[in-house]
Amino acid sequence: MIGEQTDDTTVVSERRLNMIEALNEALSVMMERDPDIVVMGEDVGYFGGVFRATAGLQDRFGKSRVFDTPISECGIIAAAVGMGAYGLRPVPEIQFADYIYPGLDQLISEAARLRYRSAGEFIAPITVRSPFGGGIFGGQTHSQSPEALFTHVAGLKTVIPATPYDAKGLLIAAIEDNDPVIFFEPKRIYNGPFNGYYDKPAQAWKNHPHSAVPEGYYRIPLGKARKVTEGDALTVLAYGTMVHVAEEVCRQKGIDAEILDLRTLVPLDIEAIEASVEKTGRCLVVHEATRTSGFGAELSALVTERCFYHLEAPVERVTGFDTPYPHSLEWAYFPGPIRIGQAIDKILSE
Amino acid sequence: MAEGPNLSKPAGANTPGLSLHVPEPRFRPGDAVDFGHVDVDAPGRLGRPDETCDPSQLHDHAYGLVRVLGDDNRAHGPWDPKLDADTLRSMLGTMALTRAFDERMFRGQRQGKTSFYMKCTGEEATSISASMALAGDDMVFPSYRQQGILIARGYPLIEMINQIYSNKGDKLKGRQLPIMYSSREKCFFTISGNLATQTPQAVGWAMASAIKGDSRIAATWVGEGSTAEGDFHAACTFATVYNAPVILNVVNNQWAISSFSGFAGGERTTFAARALGYGLAGLRVDGNDALACYAAERWAANRARANAGPTLIEFFTYRAEGHSTSDDPSGYRSAQERSEWPLGDPVTRLKDHLIAIGEWDEDRQAEMDREAAERVRATTKEAEANGILGHGLHHPFRTMFEDVFEDLPWHLREQAEQAIKERQIKWPGSLDQ
Repeated sequence: MIGEQTDDTTVVSERRLNMIEALNEALSVMMERDPDIVVMGEDVGYFGGVFRATAGLQDRFGKSRVFDTPISECGIIAAAVGMGAYGLRPVPEIQFADYIYPGLDQLISEAARLRYRSAGEFIAPITVRSPFGGGIFGGQTHSQSPEALFTHVAGLKTVIPATPYDAKGLLIAAIEDNDPVIFFEPKRIYNGPFNGYYDKPAQAWKNHPHSAVPEGYYRIPLGKARKVTEGDALTVLAYGTMVHVAEEVCRQKGIDAEILDLRTLVPLDIEAIEASVEKTGRCLVVHEATRTSGFGAELSALVTERCFYHLEAPVERVTGFDTPYPHSLEWAYFPGPIRIGQAIDKILSE
Repeated sequence: MAEGPNLSKPAGANTPGLSLHVPEPRFRPGDAVDFGHVDVDAPGRLGRPDETCDPSQLHDHAYGLVRVLGDDNRAHGPWDPKLDADTLRSMLGTMALTRAFDERMFRGQRQGKTSFYMKCTGEEATSISASMALAGDDMVFPSYRQQGILIARGYPLIEMINQIYSNKGDKLKGRQLPIMYSSREKCFFTISGNLATQTPQAVGWAMASAIKGDSRIAATWVGEGSTAEGDFHAACTFATVYNAPVILNVVNNQWAISSFSGFAGGERTTFAARALGYGLAGLRVDGNDALACYAAERWAANRARANAGPTLIEFFTYRAEGHSTSDDPSGYRSAQERSEWPLGDPVTRLKDHLIAIGEWDEDRQAEMDREAAERVRATTKEAEANGILGHGLHHPFRTMFEDVFEDLPWHLREQAEQAIKERQIKWPGSLDQ
């Protein structure tokens, strides 16, 4: 059903987990396996994190491996860089992606460059977890999707899961990776696969097939996209929350779309993208982040450069607007079913 | 009813308008220099508290100046580290070698052999004497003027020169600006070039050492100007919160390129006094007194290793030369400052001390200086066989794309192919890729 190759066969059984539980389990599985893993961040210790992703970890692994930090994203990332240089494998949490900016110098100029500037003498095997994206009435400081700031940086990997199964397997792969990974968690789908219809009852993960999460260790390789649906009419490139919104729109419109959940933006699964667009000849890119210089611009350029002679229609982008994330008008901002539906109609009319 | 403020006219309407204070150094080019305002403690005045003391007992140490060497060239007071003569001579030799190295590399840049160089003239004790007080496997997170640490730890000079020339022998593959060394083997963290980033990283390394129950500590160096960065505040906060086994060395050499220490707050208080607000141990030290530098760093190392907490040390010194080869200090400060500096020169003071205690003489000093210059000269020649900057003996093009990530992803593979194609167009038939 899930059709995912795993590198390990210690999978024992499958239960239904939401994304928070899956992330929590990834952390505890890895902390059990590797004594060099430490978890730190604002409120992650005794309290277990504002979203509960680290609940129970301090009890289980002790205060010197799971601890609260000062409110200093610069300090959190910097300390993680130093710990990585020592030989630890830190998994810092930045409480909201919107708060990550004070840590950018440490990420961009330090973590991302250590391996290069020291010719491999020092590395930064850090996974920075951070909830991102909107749809929770978080206003402009609890809703942003800043992934393109990080995909623009040489030396950083950017990973975004869209299901509990992927969240666990990708987080394990990110922690094991010897390069710094920005791991953005779409907080709107922590508890259920939001389909974009904010005015309809919320759904829980337990009814979704990809909430079946095996116990124990498994990993999903970074840089491999997931084919959400197979189709011939057009290719939809999405990640995070927007995978589910796009899927619902295509289902409701009865479109035979091939939806790719990119899962990793850097490194990008270009082969999967090319194969799909060459087959369908049409491509829609969807993300929640602001439009100008968003990752959609990169995707659109890549598809145009590499698949131009297969294209039957211009590549379209559906994105958030180029405004700060508004509070009361959140759903007017959000790239929901209407915006996606219109773009699909346009692509298919060409 | 009580009378409220009179809102009909603005508060302070009959007082002079506000004015902005923009710090100004005392002396500009051409000015006569008098450092009479600099308080210089008598050597031996400050006591040496137990290393495990409460930081609040160090108030005088954060505002005064820990000094050992007096005008009589003798060691005074409880901070005298009582080093044997061989150790003192070794310290002097490393300082002399570093100075000779700086002279040669500076000239090499002027001769077009590299793009950039930075001397540490006048500040040798703050890195060499201090690092000699650490264990060889204590991790150091230097800024850009601590070449003395590498030399003190016995890192081969030829590797430093290869790095400065960015030649084919450069272990960093020509990727870094000259002098941004890295040596994992010598426990010397890769130098960034972005300022103060190493300060909280050192705290993180020290936290890791504590997490693992290790005995190694971390030490980091930052200029007084860079203490204005938020990273410095993060470092002090994390250090005190986790009682990290770390030493935060602030090298106050008075000048950050053309901005004097006043632009980092130095007009109002000392940099060591920053420690008090954080609950860190704070010591302000004569940075041109090699014995005081050693003693303070050893005190802080003992404190950290005893799990008694971090220390912030201000080394009060003077940047005798320009910021770098790209800087001309005659454009912003008085040339007299160097000769008038009230704390003298660290090499001269250590030499004079050794002579005063009957363990050295001027002839041996001259011979040592000559040998140092010759050693640097010979090593420079050796390094030049690997090439100098811009003369073609660089690392292969493909290495530009390596170490961005552990593995080469498709987009870098494609870009590497493009770079090699461009090379073949420019130099047809070239085999070196």
